[in-house]
Formats: sequence, structure tokens, C-alpha cells
Amino acid sequence: MIKNLINKIKEFDTAEDKERRSSKLYGKAALYNTPNQITEAAAVVAGSGYKKFDVYTPYPLHGMDTAMGMGAPKIGYVSFILGITGTSLALLMMIWMSTIDYPNIIGGKPFFGLPAGIPITFESTVLLCGIATVLGLLVLFSKMPKLNSPLNDTDFMKHVTSDKYGLVIEADDEKYIESDVLKLFADTKAYEVQDIYFRESNLTTKTPLFDKKFTGAIIGTAILTAVVSYFTLNYVLYDVVPFDWMRQQGRIDSQSKSDFFPNKSGMREPVTGTVARGFMPYEYAGMPDSAVKLLANPVPVTKKSLERGQDRYNIYCSPCHGYFGDGDGRMRDQFPKPPSLHTEKAKNWKDGNFFHVMTNGQNVMPSYAEQVSKDDRWAIVNYIRALQRAKDAGETDLEKAK
Amino acid sequence: MDYNKKPLPPVVGKIGFGLLGVGLLLMILAFVVDTKRAYFDYLWMYMFLVSIGAGSLALVALEYLVGATWSTPFRRISEFLASLIPLLVILVIPLIFGMHDLFHWTHESTLASDPLLQAKEPYLNVQFFLIRTAIILFIWVLFYFLFTRNSMKQDISGDPLLTKQSIKFSAVFAILFIFTITFIAIDWMMTLEYHWFSTMFGVYYFAGTIVAAFAAATFCSVMLNENGYLVSKIKNNNYYSFATLLFGFNVFWAYIGFSQYMLIWYADIPEETFWVMMRMKGSWSYFSIGLIFLHFVIPFLALLPRSSKVKPKLLVVMSVWLLLAHAYDLYWIIMPSYFTEGFVFGWSELGFLMFAFGLIITVFKIRAAKTNLVPVRDPKLEAGLNFHLN
Ligand code: HEC
Repeated sequence: MIKNLINKIKEFDTAEDKERRSSKLYGKAALYNTPNQITEAAAVVAGSGYKKFDVYTPYPLHGMDTAMGMGAPKIGYVSFILGITGTSLALLMMIWMSTIDYPNIIGGKPFFGLPAGIPITFESTVLLCGIATVLGLLVLFSKMPKLNSPLNDTDFMKHVTSDKYGLVIEADDEKYIESDVLKLFADTKAYEVQDIYFRESNLTTKTPLFDKKFTGAIIGTAILTAVVSYFTLNYVLYDVVPFDWMRQQGRIDSQSKSDFFPNKSGMREPVTGTVARGFMPYEYAGMPDSAVKLLANPVPVTKKSLERGQDRYNIYCSPCHGYFGDGDGRMRDQFPKPPSLHTEKAKNWKDGNFFHVMTNGQNVMPSYAEQVSKDDRWAIVNYIRALQRAKDAGETDLEKAK
Repeated sequence: MDYNKKPLPPVVGKIGFGLLGVGLLLMILAFVVDTKRAYFDYLWMYMFLVSIGAGSLALVALEYLVGATWSTPFRRISEFLASLIPLLVILVIPLIFGMHDLFHWTHESTLASDPLLQAKEPYLNVQFFLIRTAIILFIWVLFYFLFTRNSMKQDISGDPLLTKQSIKFSAVFAILFIFTITFIAIDWMMTLEYHWFSTMFGVYYFAGTIVAAFAAATFCSVMLNENGYLVSKIKNNNYYSFATLLFGFNVFWAYIGFSQYMLIWYADIPEETFWVMMRMKGSWSYFSIGLIFLHFVIPFLALLPRSSKVKPKLLVVMSVWLLLAHAYDLYWIIMPSYFTEGFVFGWSELGFLMFAFGLIITVFKIRAAKTNLVPVRDPKLEAGLNFHLN
């Protein structure tokens, strides 16, 4: 089977044009041996007033455009405009991402720092510029793809894509006279002259730009590549560094060993006396009296702090104490019922009392110091005060509210 | 090939001598008025001459090394410019006397009180510093004589083996040049702020020297060629090559300069940022922004279009522009250590700049008087004259 395939490829490769050529002449082609000859020939052809001619070389020749009388090449403008587009797109993308979509402070820098963006801007400029130049050359300037050019599959094409420099003058050029052309080719020292005839199909049908087989092959390749890379990356190479989706990292996990430190412990002990952020040690554990005497509420009563207090209260306290402090929370019958927060005792309590209960716990009620930060606890106290006041609301309050 | 040696027009010599004379007078006056400032100006001028001299020698070596033919008809020009190298040996002497004024690290009291300097002391001490400078200058002078001697001999004998030998020299010199230019940059300019360090500093200066040497070579080549002093006005893709390389190396300079800045900006370490902060203080911030535009943006846009790469007039303007931009760049590197509050450009600075240009022109003129402007019997010359980019 493989042999068959190889043979087929070889056959394809060496296939001469199988299709019959018509008797209608497309043009006369001349082959030259050196780049200098072809450049001179192009200048002579252009100088004699021919319009429909083209030059074919295995690689780009500098100065050919001027020799062919094409004037200054315009491709630079395409590259430049697309390059600028790349620059602006990259900048806009980064500005949008780093200041609007996902603002993040990194290393104390502004959200968008231009120096950090320059490399990406540069890459994107070069990328768009490069793509634009190649596509612009092929599509805009060379009018490719010419799927059905009469030159395809000719001996001429074979040479100009490997070892010779070719020039074709089309037969329907206004100035085309066979003897003149032949003389011109001879004068410019052409090494060989060939006649190129149209194919039968060139004269009858037009080849569609998107040939079915060709488009199918491209789409097929795209799908195949996508599927193969998906499975390779997600299954075959899943455990292989560096394709392992960064699962292996050079960091030390907590509770694990590290040979880097002398005591082999990956975790570092904090310096003595270190206090975690927001967790100040509580000095009045088990001493409600001094807490009441010495603690003052530092959180002012503002709309913001009351809202924060309500939020925290509803999360941490309402399950037992109920949303309004009546002691009828959702935990009733499953946990000892807490007393109401609207008793005379509670109303007369100092702020410090509430803070102490939350921080220290009281009998069956546990401490909430771990879950609720210091400031939030004071905010809850403010909110409890608001609840107590709301319970006592009278007619006059309505007046005030107006 | 028809090369007839013509002497340069006398106006060249007059301009060179005029600049040299006025520059010298102003220099002497500057030393009398403000010695310390004059030493800094002198260092600035010296580094500019190093750029042109050593950079041109590197271009000569580069041509041999890569077998370039397009530049062969113009190689003499870089050889002439490289003749500054022997003078560098003499010109360095005043700097040695100015070391105390220039470099804080030479002070005994600084050394005694600065633990960071003590750690650098095995490298950064006056004796070793002078030894390094001597070695560097020796290497340059040696290779200058090797290259020019071969090139001159070939004018008479036409022996292609001399080219072969020069290729071998250039292979050695290429490596030595990278080291020497890095060390001279670190020693004479980076240690002005001896706490500061940048591993890209050597490359940064290197990029600048190549731009400057190319600019000088482009200017002289285009001027001489357009006025018919070379082989019957070479009219192929040689200008295009000059312009592309000038453009390319200038972009390389910007690339290195930006990379150095970006890394400092990103890491934000005080030992590194203070050097940049010095260049953002007061009017220096405008000067720094000016550097970006004068050295990069404007030349970039001017040299970008393909058509501008073959316009002799534009090339002349841009090469002078880039020469001045390199002087601007060196000023930006050196002078903030002296003018700490904001940049100053007075008659004293102007005098040193005039002296530098005067010296370059005069040296060129003297060398051009005796020697062919084209390496007439170089085996690569024919290919260079017929050079096409295909
Ligand atoms: C798990 C249920 C539960 C939660 C949640 C809870 N408590 Fe309590 N709380 C109790 C119980 C039970 C008591 C009665 C303790 C006792 O026997 O003294 C109590 C007592 C109190 C008291 C003292 C009342 C008095 O009259 O002695 C206060 C004040 C208090 N809680 C406030 C809070 C606050 C504020 C929160 C939210 C941070 C909270 N509690 C969360 C169960 C809870």
C-alpha cells in the first residue's frame, strides 16, 4: 500500500501536463541564465512598449521592479499601515485588559505600564506587518492564486522555479508581432525560447477560486491538526514537562520537606511575636469586667459600617440569634436557644460587653474571633444597637423619618 | 575600474583645522575656568573618539570576517577613521590626571567608608584600572597596524594572501573587540556611578559605537563618491546597504537601550533605579525624552522608506544626524554625574565637540593625502564595484 502511495506521489510530481493544449497561443517565453541578463531583458522589453509581460525568477531580484518599469513598489505602504494597525491593536488590547477588564496591581506599577507593554506591541507590529507583506504581495500585487494559469505544469515553470530566469510576453499584447519578439529575445541573449499554448479548459471554463478538493484538503488538515494536538497535549503528553499544564511547579507545598533549609522543614516559622494581619491578640480573655471598662468602640456609626455589620451579623449570628436578635434563629431546637438581645440587661450593656462575648465566647456560644475580624465585630455591635433601637421605635420616629 | 587619485579639496582641511583650533582654544579656556567640568567634557569627547576610532576598526574587521564585498570600495574610509586609535593613546593621558575629579571611587575616604566599594576594590582600584586601559589601547593599536599594514601592502603587491591573513586577524579581533569595548564602557563610564551596575551597559555602548562608525563611514563614502573621488561614481546597491545597516544598527541600539531601561523599571531595585532617576531630574527628563526621539524615532522614520535608502542627500543628512545623536547619547550617559541638577550645554561643551570633529576631519585629511581612497588591488574590489543585491 505504501509503495503504491509513493508511486502515486512520484507520478504526481513528475506529471507532465496531461491535458491537451489548444492551438491558441498564450505567449512566448524566454529563459535566461543569469540575473543580470534577465534584468536587462526586462528593461528592453519594457522599453519597447510591451505591456502584457511578466518575469519569473526562482527568488526575488532587487531592482526588477524598476527594470520592468513598474515605478516605485507600493507594498511598503501595505506593510506600514498594517504595522501601525498592529501597534495600535496591541496597545488598545493591553490598555483594555489591564485597566478595564482585569485591573491588577503588579509590583507597585500602574495598571498599565508602557515599558511592560512595549515588547508585546513590538511583536504584534512585526507579526501583522509580516503577514500583511506576504499576503499583500501574493494577493494584491501578484493577483494570486492563479490556479489555472497556462504556464502551470510547463517545462518553463519547472525551470524558473529552480535554475533559470524566465520572461513571458503574452500574445494578446497590442505590440505583439512574432518576428519582433523573437528578435528581441535573441538580442537579449535568451538561452531558450518556448511557445506556451492555452489549455482547452482555459478557453471554455473558468477555474473557481475555491477548488473543492483544495478547500476540502485545507479544512481537513485544519481539523486533523486540531484533533491531533488536542489529544497529544491532553492525553499523550499530559505528564511530560513542560506540557503538563504547569502542574509541576518548583514551589514547596505546606507541610512538606525541603532540603534547602537546615531543619528540612519546608514551612518557615514566623519571627517570635509575629501577629497575623487583622488578628490582634485579645488581652481580656475571661475578663469581661475589664473588657467592659477598657474597651471603646472604634468604629463610627455610618451607613457603610451599619451595612457591613448587618452583612456580618446575618452571616455569623442570625443562624442562632435570628435576623432581629429575638433568639429564634434557624438553629432553634438543634442548639440551646440563646437569650433575646432585647432584654433589659442587653439594652443596658456597654459596647464592650458585646465585643467580649463575640471575641471570648460565653458558655455554649463559641468565640467568633477567628471568623469575624476585629473591626467587623465592632460593626456588628453597632448593628445590634440599631436592632435594639428599632424594636423600641415609637410614633415620633415616624415624624423624624419625614 | 578607473581610479585616479585626487587630493581632497582644500576646504576640508580648512574646516578641520578651524574646528580643531577653535576647539583647542576653548578646551584650554575650559580647563582654566572650571577644571572639573572640563574633565567631564573631556571624557565625553574622548568616548566619542573611541566610538569612531574603535568602531571603524571593528567595521574593517567585520568586512574581512564575513567576506562582504559591497563595502570593499569604501573600506579605506573606515581605515582612515580608525587612525584615531593611535591618538587615543596620547589623548588618554589628561584623563588619567583627571581621575580624581571624575571618579569618586578613587578617593581614599570613599573607600574607607563604603563597604560596597570595598567589595568591588579587587577590580576597581586605580592600578588595575590603568592596566586594563593600557591593555585595551594596546590591543586596538596592534590590530589597527596589522589591518592597515596589510591593506597598504596590498595596494602595491595585490597579493590575495594578505586578505586571507587579515581574515584571520579579524576573527581574533572580533572576539577581542567585544571584550575591550565592554570593559572600556564599564571602566570609563559605568564607574562614574560606581554603585550602579547594568549587565547590558557594554552592549549598549557597543551598539552606539557601531551606529556612530557606520554613520561616519556613510557620510564620508557618500560625499566622496558623489563628488567623484572614488572609482567613477559607484551606482549600484552600495548606498542601499549602507542605509539598511545604519537603520538596522540604530534599531539595535534602541532595542538594547530599551531593554536596559525596561529591566530596571520592572525590577525596581534602588541600586539600579537611581541611575535612571538621575536622568529624570529637572531638565534631564526632557533630555532623556529627547534621546528617544533624536536617536531613534526620527532616524527610524526617515530611513524607513525604501526610497529614502538610495537618496544620497538624505543619507548625508541622516549620517551627520546620527553622529550628533551618538554624541548626545554619550552626553546623556556621562554628564548627569556632573550636572546633577539639570543639563547644561555651554561654550565649554561646544569646544570639546568642535575639537572632536576637527580632529576626525584632520586625521582623515592627513591619511587621505598619502593613500589611495580605494583599496585598488583588493581581490574583492571588482565584486564590490559590481555589487547588486541579488
Ligand atoms: C451557634 C449558635 C450561636 C451563634 C451563631 C451566635 N450565638 Fe450568641 N449566643 C448563643 C447562645 C446559646 C447564647 C447563650 C449563652 C449563654 O448561655 O450564656 C448566646 C449568647 C450571646 C450573647 C449574650 C446574651 C446574654 O444576654 O447573655 C450575645 C451578646 C451574643 N450571643 C451575641 C452573638 C453575636 C453578635 C453573634 C454573631 C457573631 C452570635 N452571638 C452568634 C448562640 C449563638
